[in-house]
Amino acid sequence: MATVVYAVGDDVSTDVIYPGRYMATVLPSETPQFAFADDGAFNAELRAGRISAGSVLVAGKNFGCGSSREQAVSALKGYDLVIVAGSFARIFLQNSINLGLRVVSAPGVAASAGDELAFDGASVINVTTGTTVPLQELPAARQAIIDAGGLIPYTRTLLLDRNRAVSS
Amino acid sequence: MSHENAALVINQFMEVFEGTGCEPRVWDPERIAIIFDHRVPAESSKTATNQRKVREFVGAQRITKFHDIRGDLGGICHQVLPENGYVRPGAVIVGTDSHTTSHGALGAFAFGIGATEMASVWTLGAALNVEVPATIKIVVTGAFPRHVGPKDLILSLIARLTANGATFRVLEFHGDTIRRMPMSGRLTLCNMAVEAGATSGCVPADQETMRYLRNEAGVREQVDLVIPDLDAVYERVLEISVAGLEPQVACPHTVDNVKPVTAVEGTKIDQIVIGSCTNGRLDDLEAAARVLRGRKVSHSVRMLVFPASGRIYRQALEKGFINDLVCAGAVVMNPGCGPCLGVHQGALGDQETALSTTNRNFKGRMGNPTGSVYLCSPAVAAASALTGVITDPRKGI
Repeated sequence: MATVVYAVGDDVSTDVIYPGRYMATVLPSETPQFAFADDGAFNAELRAGRISAGSVLVAGKNFGCGSSREQAVSALKGYDLVIVAGSFARIFLQNSINLGLRVVSAPGVAASAGDELAFDGASVINVTTGTTVPLQELPAARQAIIDAGGLIPYTRTLLLDRNRAVSS
Repeated sequence: MSHENAALVINQFMEVFEGTGCEPRVWDPERIAIIFDHRVPAESSKTATNQRKVREFVGAQRITKFHDIRGDLGGICHQVLPENGYVRPGAVIVGTDSHTTSHGALGAFAFGIGATEMASVWTLGAALNVEVPATIKIVVTGAFPRHVGPKDLILSLIARLTANGATFRVLEFHGDTIRRMPMSGRLTLCNMAVEAGATSGCVPADQETMRYLRNEAGVREQVDLVIPDLDAVYERVLEISVAGLEPQVACPHTVDNVKPVTAVEGTKIDQIVIGSCTNGRLDDLEAAARVLRGRKVSHSVRMLVFPASGRIYRQALEKGFINDLVCAGAVVMNPGCGPCLGVHQGALGDQETALSTTNRNFKGRMGNPTGSVYLCSPAVAAASALTGVITDPRKGI
């Protein structure tokens, strides 16, 4: 069971998740301080450490639209949030998988802050409201990257395989 | 292709090699482009230090397609790549920038990726986390009315598709309007395909592609025109006639919130922006210069102009467009991305409103979460600069 700590609407852009003026900050160790930087209350909650790891941010459709900036993902990953959205923008989804931010795509999902969610592998159950929506499975290629622990270890394995093939 | 965020790509690239015993070498230094454009010249010591790190990496790895902060070779990546002949029909282009979709204008398959994905590309020469997209065929017919053009077409199309209507799809442009459209307009269309969620936009290569590659991009070697198969399968086909199209404006705070200019005429503007990877090309600057020549920008508004590249800047100088704009009261800035995304110059004050030829109007986009951004064509922006309010260019300002 996971608690929804924040609920946002449709088309939340990476400009809202990680405003452009902080783009000079790139390292995953430094980006979390600017997560939702223009949303004073939520940013303060995050920075104060009042949001526990595994908490859920619920969004409507097209979450993470706009810029490809990876800071939007590393900033949320820094708090180990789980993002449950009606749908994700393509680059944000790929960045999330590459960096290991937990994302759940569930068209029609609805929840408010404070709701308790449960995941059974096939659906998202809002225990508070008693509603269930099916989740969308990731394509197999994406699942392989998640299983490897992210794109960096996945690429490292392929690099070593390639070098072994060249030298043998 | 990467820009300043190559600093992050380098970080991730080095991490891939950690513990492998392999020397970190990029897969092919001649097929990697790095263009500084987002914060040029550096707005902070932090950015300057990151740019320095990238320069050192470029030198050590012998990366050839590097465009530093220069008036001759520099500019915005989505203009620098095409005008230097780096983009060819049928090529696969990935960039750590969502507007990499632009390069589909030359018949390439071009899409945005994140920095870690790019580290993987630098290592292996392959993008690993990519799906095969379906294709939506967009058939555009008719002649644009006066003061209406490619920007109005793409805004009206985004409104029709919605902000995520083309997610995991490619928009492929066909029709007589597209065949007659110069490369500049095609770049505008493909640039904004991502605003409908699309993986990429694409204009199949044709005579105009060849003209651009030969005459403007200086490509001498043989070029294969890659075009769709006659029996290509499309998920859907959308037909659009531009004959009756009005100038379009995308209203705050989503790009698909589009209205005809007549619906928002009279809206007070604090800052006009003409330029960017969307509308900073020579014909865009010409459209603005024609309106402003011998006239004055309203004193109730500030007008910023930033050409898409150093080359375009020089062409605009030679043709007198820069003189027209400066004499009218516009501030001409160096090519770059800064004002569009609120990272470098041109930030909005609290509750201020901008009218801009850029590609995004999200909340906070121009550096202030209480600001508002309207998006439009150079013709609408220039006409509005004279009045200080959103103005219909067809009304003979």
